[in-house]
Amino acid sequence: MTDMQDAVLMEAVPRRLGVAVETHELRKEFRRRDGKRRRDRRTRVALDRVSFTMKKGETVAILGQNGSGKSTLVRLLSTLLLPDGGWARILGHDVVSDGRAVRRLVNRVSVEASFFKKMSSAENLSYAARYYGMTAGQTRDKIPAILERVGFPRDRRDEPMENLSRGMQQKVALARALLTSPVVLLLDEPTTGLDPRSKLEVQDFIREIRTNHDSTILLCTHDLAEAETLAERVGILDRGQLLALEPVDDLKRRYGADTLEEAFFAATGREFEAEEDEDDDREVFA
Amino acid sequence: MRALVSTMRAELIGAGGVVERNAYLTKRYIWWDVAWFLWTVANTLTIVFIAKGIEATGGDLDVNRTMTTLLIGAVVWAYLGILFEFLMETVAWERWEGTIEYTFMAPLSRAMHLAGQGVFAIAYGLLRATFLFVVCAFLFFDLSMPDAQFYPAFVVLVVSSVSFIGIGMMMSVLPLISPEKGTQLGFVAQGTLLVVSGVYYPVEVLPQWMQWIATISPATYALDGIREAILEGQGMTAMWDEIGPLLIIGVVSIPLGLWVFGRGEQYAKKHGKLKRSG
Repeated sequence: MTDMQDAVLMEAVPRRLGVAVETHELRKEFRRRDGKRRRDRRTRVALDRVSFTMKKGETVAILGQNGSGKSTLVRLLSTLLLPDGGWARILGHDVVSDGRAVRRLVNRVSVEASFFKKMSSAENLSYAARYYGMTAGQTRDKIPAILERVGFPRDRRDEPMENLSRGMQQKVALARALLTSPVVLLLDEPTTGLDPRSKLEVQDFIREIRTNHDSTILLCTHDLAEAETLAERVGILDRGQLLALEPVDDLKRRYGADTLEEAFFAATGREFEAEEDEDDDREVFA
Repeated sequence: MRALVSTMRAELIGAGGVVERNAYLTKRYIWWDVAWFLWTVANTLTIVFIAKGIEATGGDLDVNRTMTTLLIGAVVWAYLGILFEFLMETVAWERWEGTIEYTFMAPLSRAMHLAGQGVFAIAYGLLRATFLFVVCAFLFFDLSMPDAQFYPAFVVLVVSSVSFIGIGMMMSVLPLISPEKGTQLGFVAQGTLLVVSGVYYPVEVLPQWMQWIATISPATYALDGIREAILEGQGMTAMWDEIGPLLIIGVVSIPLGLWVFGRGEQYAKKHGKLKRSG
């Protein structure tokens, strides 16, 4: 943990002991053009008054189909979006008014392993670590060590990222997130699109982080088995609403279900299958 | 106090990270940069040859002086292009690679992020502009500059860079607002800035309203100072007529650039435009 994170933690502890993530009535909506005229706009609620808390060191999985609001939640917690209502705090720091402190404490792995593709894994990790105040002296040993920990082959460290498989790239993405010792780790579908072997490797690594580190992990996924095996509590997010957030057994009991899939179906009234992409509902092309 | 020092240190390391990243990218794309440099040389030659062309068609002019005047204009144009390109890439390239969200969620202040981008742009741009000037002036044309004072000219270019970076910061917000066309608007800004600043002609030939705009353009003072130093042999003392206004414009343009970028960032976070989807 860096000096900066220590300072931020010390400041935050008295605010609410033991709570890492807290949201209250968190709301986000997007407007998109709906028709030929500029003023014809449709509003879609991506996140609808979502409230929950996560204890320090806890792993919570949020289950939801594409377009349910999972990525929006992750982006709000990582200060990449501004909420339209409610609030969210990381270790007592508000994501809007105290965004800088939040950014020191949080890191994220998303479904796309986003890197400068011509640069090598070591180069991508190196400059990213500087953004978190880590010197060349600090990363000289740490980058090779962390790449080794995620199972990244030593002889491919200087290869451009574009030559690596998606599974490999996702391992580097995990290494990038862990390099900054985040207090809260946000995983937004980290295994989606990976081949079965890479998927298992990434899941094993998440297990290792959970066991060996005190990071709080929010895992957004639409993989039921992944949620069940990795998380202590599972939430169901549907059309922007958090319908439940409980340990898996409690969820099954609540909905009278034998499996998590049945519980999901009972909670949402829908089959668990991919639908629209929530990014489509943002004005990205406006 | 300790926390402040720690924060400042982290900020400087972060700005160094931006420089480091650009150094890696330059290394990886070096042959593309060489090709781009060749294009800039060709473009500069096209402009400088105009003076020879006028003489060949019967025009009466001091060819050596006119060629040097045009060369300075073309080199400043190319330099400004590189600065704006790097600043615009802050958003455009990162959006294309998908790294923009990771950069914007890092605890590095936007001021230091853009400062890192600006420092690399200035260093790279100065190196490139010097090389371009040497190649065109001495390799192609063997221009005579007996009175030239290169040091004051270089200082004026460095000081003007601060103002250019401020304007570049304002421009770099355009790809946030329009991912497809924002970068192109940067070229419009660059051209507009130079057309009113006497890039290839004296400002006095412009209509009055354009001359008024020229007084607030940093490129006007940069071009005047560099030409005075290289053509008239003016020293550092005389350069204060240009350096003074450049510093004032810089003091205004940097905070204004940061403010505009901040507003653009807020807008993008409000409407979910940081990530380029599809």
